[in-house]
Amino acid sequence: MRLNCPCCGPRGIEEFTYRGDATVHRPGMDAPAHAWVDYVYLRDNPDGWHRELWYHGAGCHAWLVVTRNMRTHEIADVVRAVDVARQARENAGS
Amino acid sequence: MKLPWKKDACSHRLSGQAGRRIPANGIDPDTIIRFTFDGISYDAHPGDTLASALLANGQHLAGRSFKYHRPRGILTAGPEEPNALLELRTGAWREPNSRATVTEVFDGLDACSQNRWPSLRMDALGVNGLFSPLFTAGFYYKTFMWPAAFWEKVYEPLIRRAAGLGRAADEADPDLYEKTTTFCDVLVVGSGPAGLAAALVAGRSGARVILCEQDSVTGGRLRAERTDIDGVPGWQWADRTVAALRQMPEVRIMTRTCVFGTYDGGTYGALERVADHVSCPASDQPRQRLWRIVARRCIVAGGGIERPLVFPNNDRPGIMLAGAVRTYINRFGVVAGQRAIVFTNNDDGLRTAVDLKHAGAAVTAIVDTRTQASDMAQQVAHDTGARLFTGGAISNTYGRLGVHTAAIRDRSGRVRHVACDLIAMSGGWNPELSLTTHLGAKPVYDPELCAFTAGSFPPGMLAAGVANGTFMTADCLHEGAARGQEAAAACGFDTELPPLPAAPRESYGIQAIQPVLQDQAGRDSKAFIDFQNDVTAKDVRLAAMEGFRCVEHVKRYTTLGMATDQGKTSNINGLAALAQQTGQDIARTGTTMFRPPVQPVAIGALAGAHRGRYFKPDRLTPTHEWARQQGAVFTANGIWHRAQWFPQDGETHWRDTVNREVRTVRTAVGFCDVTTLGKIDIQGPDAATFLDRLYINGWQKLPVGRVRYGLMLREDGFAFDDGTTARLGEQHYVMTTTTAHAGAVMQHMELCHQWLWPELDVHFISVTDEWAQMAIAGPRSRDVLRHVVDPDTDLSNDAFGYMHAAEITICGGQAARLFRLSFSGELAYELAVPARYGDALARLLMKVGAPYGIAPYGTEALGVMRIEKGHPAGPELNGQTTAHDLNMGRMLSTRKDFIGRAMAARPALTDPVRPTLVGLRPVHAHDELVAGSHLLPHGAEATGAHDQGWISSAAWSPTLDGWIALGFLSGGPARHGEMVMVHNPLADSQVAAVVCPPTFFDPAGDRLHA
Amino acid sequence: MKSNHYSIFTLLREALRGQTGWRPVWRNAQPQPAYDVVIVGGGGHGLATAYYLARRYGIHRVAVVEKGWIGNGNIGRNTTIIRSNYLLSGNIPFYECSMKLWEGLEQDINYNAMVSQRGVLNLFHNDAQRNAYTRRGNAMRLHGVDAQLLDTEAVRQKLPFLNYDAARFPILGGLLQKRGGTVRHDAVAWGFARAADRLGVDIIQNCEVTGIRMHAGRAVGVETTRGFIGAGHVGLSCAGNSSRVAAMAGLRLPIESHVLQAFVSEGLKPFIDCVVTFGAGHFYISQSDKGGLVFGGDIDGYNSYAQRGNMPVIEDVCEGGMALMPRIGRVRLLRHWAGLMDMSMDGSPIIDRTPVDNLYLNAGWCYGGFKATPASGLCFAHLIARNEPHPVATAYRLDRFGRGAVIDEKGMGAQPNLH
Repeated sequence: MRLNCPCCGPRGIEEFTYRGDATVHRPGMDAPAHAWVDYVYLRDNPDGWHRELWYHGAGCHAWLVVTRNMRTHEIADVVRAVDVARQARENAGS
Repeated sequence: MKLPWKKDACSHRLSGQAGRRIPANGIDPDTIIRFTFDGISYDAHPGDTLASALLANGQHLAGRSFKYHRPRGILTAGPEEPNALLELRTGAWREPNSRATVTEVFDGLDACSQNRWPSLRMDALGVNGLFSPLFTAGFYYKTFMWPAAFWEKVYEPLIRRAAGLGRAADEADPDLYEKTTTFCDVLVVGSGPAGLAAALVAGRSGARVILCEQDSVTGGRLRAERTDIDGVPGWQWADRTVAALRQMPEVRIMTRTCVFGTYDGGTYGALERVADHVSCPASDQPRQRLWRIVARRCIVAGGGIERPLVFPNNDRPGIMLAGAVRTYINRFGVVAGQRAIVFTNNDDGLRTAVDLKHAGAAVTAIVDTRTQASDMAQQVAHDTGARLFTGGAISNTYGRLGVHTAAIRDRSGRVRHVACDLIAMSGGWNPELSLTTHLGAKPVYDPELCAFTAGSFPPGMLAAGVANGTFMTADCLHEGAARGQEAAAACGFDTELPPLPAAPRESYGIQAIQPVLQDQAGRDSKAFIDFQNDVTAKDVRLAAMEGFRCVEHVKRYTTLGMATDQGKTSNINGLAALAQQTGQDIARTGTTMFRPPVQPVAIGALAGAHRGRYFKPDRLTPTHEWARQQGAVFTANGIWHRAQWFPQDGETHWRDTVNREVRTVRTAVGFCDVTTLGKIDIQGPDAATFLDRLYINGWQKLPVGRVRYGLMLREDGFAFDDGTTARLGEQHYVMTTTTAHAGAVMQHMELCHQWLWPELDVHFISVTDEWAQMAIAGPRSRDVLRHVVDPDTDLSNDAFGYMHAAEITICGGQAARLFRLSFSGELAYELAVPARYGDALARLLMKVGAPYGIAPYGTEALGVMRIEKGHPAGPELNGQTTAHDLNMGRMLSTRKDFIGRAMAARPALTDPVRPTLVGLRPVHAHDELVAGSHLLPHGAEATGAHDQGWISSAAWSPTLDGWIALGFLSGGPARHGEMVMVHNPLADSQVAAVVCPPTFFDPAGDRLHA
Repeated sequence: MKSNHYSIFTLLREALRGQTGWRPVWRNAQPQPAYDVVIVGGGGHGLATAYYLARRYGIHRVAVVEKGWIGNGNIGRNTTIIRSNYLLSGNIPFYECSMKLWEGLEQDINYNAMVSQRGVLNLFHNDAQRNAYTRRGNAMRLHGVDAQLLDTEAVRQKLPFLNYDAARFPILGGLLQKRGGTVRHDAVAWGFARAADRLGVDIIQNCEVTGIRMHAGRAVGVETTRGFIGAGHVGLSCAGNSSRVAAMAGLRLPIESHVLQAFVSEGLKPFIDCVVTFGAGHFYISQSDKGGLVFGGDIDGYNSYAQRGNMPVIEDVCEGGMALMPRIGRVRLLRHWAGLMDMSMDGSPIIDRTPVDNLYLNAGWCYGGFKATPASGLCFAHLIARNEPHPVATAYRLDRFGRGAVIDEKGMGAQPNLH
């Protein structure tokens, strides 16, 4: 499997470290306990498209949000996590 | 490839090998090489495979089957061979289960038959055949259950000894292997007519092309057939095409290279057999090379595999695939028999009769299962003088070590016995689909071809030729060219289709897969489907009777298709037999999954150079060479090598050395390379806020020039890592992590910064490799340091106290960093210098420290002293402990958000009965405490129910003259002074110990503040 | 029509009469309108659950519904190892219960699954590992499980062909569980299927569950490709598909599906007589009765439902193999495949009720489900029959993540791919 790193170009997955679901969001300070349990432990684990975090540890050190199909391993999209996070901040702020 | 002996007119001397050689395209008849088989020496020619050479010497018998140990001959001429599996070479080079049909003979090759005793001709376990009524599919599931203890002791050892095939070498593989990655636009798999045409068109377009051919020579079936292309023999056309391809700079041709697997993202695994065809690899060469080929497009043109026919006793030596018989004639000049019967269900098999006749053999009968004689059948029967049995079948064969008679049943049911020494059978051809299915695509059954073809293709894959169900040579050329054009265009290389050479359109005319004939020859006869695993039509029938009607069940129950050939010759016949039993058609029966590799791959090749000492890289500290010169003993810490201790003359046990090192630090001064700790340089306006969120404790108020200890949690609330962080400037921090977690912490920080808090204005980078860091510890450490640091640095306790940090200069202006930190509990410093000066620093410290009695110490003394001081390390930070467990619950800030804050508050993480860090001292100071022992209440029965904790770290303390340990004990801090029992049932030992605070030595910390 | 009783006498009789008297190992049952219990998933755990429900708890109106053919999941694609060498008190009694069930399995179900207690040896290569294995071995011993700590010499005696002298990470010793070993994996599925079938359980193949029907907050049956099947209780034993099926009842699970590859070599004459795990890399190996080396390593590390892996892990595993056992260099890898692992967030399983009444969950087995098969079946059956956890499975609760009572053998935290 190969990921097209937005910074480095297409590279084999041996250069990357997997983290998991990129759709869960860290609750705020005052969130109830169950929100934290959901965030840390519960996953949709879909049999299909999955947005997930990968780390290009043997390359640019960027965290990436990869949209990948769990059934076919087809990769639809690879973007920098920081861009996704900033966009989310902007959307939340506006 | 241009083989020197390939002359257009095959005029050469025929060697004496039983007089069987005729002119052929693939051997050099003028050169004789010698090999041995089962200790007997034979002649062969360069270009021969072991199989062709054995056949040339009249040797059909090549192996014994797995279960019944039946005599077996060479069935095929390719890697799908189920029978002729041999051990090659000897000693450490012994290579079991090698297919004779693809083993290239070299001068001096030593081959042995396997899985037989005492000899191939007389195999004692042949007696198994007598028990075959008992040894049906799955019989072992139904017996050997009584008495229960007999399975391991009696039954299983017998079964294991009888099973297995060849013997693995007894010694380490002495050969080298390599792994490499390459990239191309178009990967072409197979160099038959379709593959060559594809490579030619794609290559002309300018695309980067790799053509892989698993055989030693290119051309595929063109070498096996008498097919003319453009008016010349097909193999000559192939040679010319390859010569043209070699002129193209972007085309690479790799022979002896099997593309064995399709993986995600257009990655293909391929194995190049670099030196299997010579007696030993050249000194600079590996035996084999693993290729990871990343290709934008892949054209699968690997041809097909012929099916046997299933009839009683169809496994005798001398019964071969029809296509293989032609290969041996045309490529190797070997006629496998002089009195042949051709048994076929299609026109292609008939070509064997023609070639046999052409090669001078007699074809006595053509048995064609089709009820209507095809035009070709009539023509071939006429031309060869063979008697044609249309709608007939072979109903039995005879001959113990080689077939000598066939019983032919004509369409009226009348049986004739016909003498023969060769039966060439063809059940039709299966496209070689494996590569198309590895990513999960299911093949579909094509009833017209009577074969499965690719149903869909993985992204970027195409297929051409027989592999794509296209059987006629002219069509293969056309399809290959078209696929080559398509693949190149997809990579941005457009090209015209060239005019195609003239080639034949052979007839095939298969009508149905021949149903199994088993009822005619009596109960004891076996019609084999899977030759190697001895799976017969009866086994499939039994499986179906017992409810194993799904293909995967049949495979697993009967072991059909699970042998070294992975069902390449047996799969479809098995499906047909199953379909016959269940009344379903083959399309509905479906097929089992093909799994990689397409051909078995040596484990050594998949490992490459990563073995022995080179299994993992060596990471060396800056003082490694110096330490080696000091006679240090090293230990592994991850991939780091660290000095464990530094023995001196007269020390007979490592503990003497460690005790001396500890005493040196406690009484004078010692130093230790701590470069392996992770070092992360953090800068920016939000650096303190960032640290606040990483650590459980606060960082805003740490003054510049000071150091603080910090503990990090994971988001699930358990302890992750600890270390000290120094503030070197207003917006500048240097963090240290544990050696083990250096990478994980860096990755964690990147995630926090890029994903959780992108708004924080902070930057950081790992500087672990930039700085050599030395701990200098002991009451005289300040004295030693005064000789190293430049005079403007005031080292006095008032000016540079405990937990101070500074950027300083040493040795007359060299930049360095100094931290007053102590892991040992003594007055101590950590001095960091650019990594390139680490070695010099060690030598300098030895020199200037000599008057103070300095000595280097290793990780073991470091460990003893940290246990004496009760500092947690790896065994305490094992991922299962909390801040509370480590007695650091009070550090948990309640005024800020940090990673792990919320989850650390869960009830089970704050439960006071959790095992919590304590110290332990044996009641008798010299009773050894062993890490990994468990803690039970004194007097309690030694059961799991009473298990209250464990010892995480233990050491002999020379300082305290006794054993000490750190451990986790339920409700620990409240139990100081209590006596507990330390259980180590593995060593059959119990020691009474007293619980105490974890800091054994200088609990007030007077020494480190000195 | 019930399956034959199996013995050497039955075999002899059938040998004499031409193998004409064999009956199906299990009936090809058609779905009935309703059952007391419907188990979703015809793998080892589901079949074992059905067997123990009937055998131990007297519940015979049981159906096992399977979307494909039984034994198609991890029971048919694992590396066949059984062991009970666990560290934590939440795990040891359960896995030891499983080991004891294995030890009597063949006589219990009258099917030879070839339970072979040839030993499981975990090698260690540094002091920290030795200490960790000492802690583990002692935990086992305190719980009445067999364990032995071997030093280098003892390991050398047992496995003289390992790489002792030119190793990057030398072998310091190993933790041996002699009662560990291997079992013929497919036979476990078939044996339980047959035994359950003989007790009246319906095994319904090619019957995919498409929905879980609820009424007033209770599960009342399953929608399937072969129609609705009513159920008093619904038990989910769906391994890698647990999240998918639980989602039908609106549940999210602390589980990710991951891919674990497994490998087998060509058949060889026997030379490895126990299970060995390498402590300095991802590699473990045993040799099957047929002679193939069966080996594996780490999971690929990314979520997947694809039942196949990629080259980096294949190479990593073979590197581990060559580092430990350099004599296998010329042995050929015959086949590699993969299974879907229901990787839980703490690396330990869940056998519990769910927030939906009458819906029960058996999941989160990670790559350790095979050895657990009999105890998982027994404990799940107990839970369904009694509506309370079996005494050896009290730690496997779904709410443990909220409470913090995780069972994290490796201490890797809430990251399934690190367990």
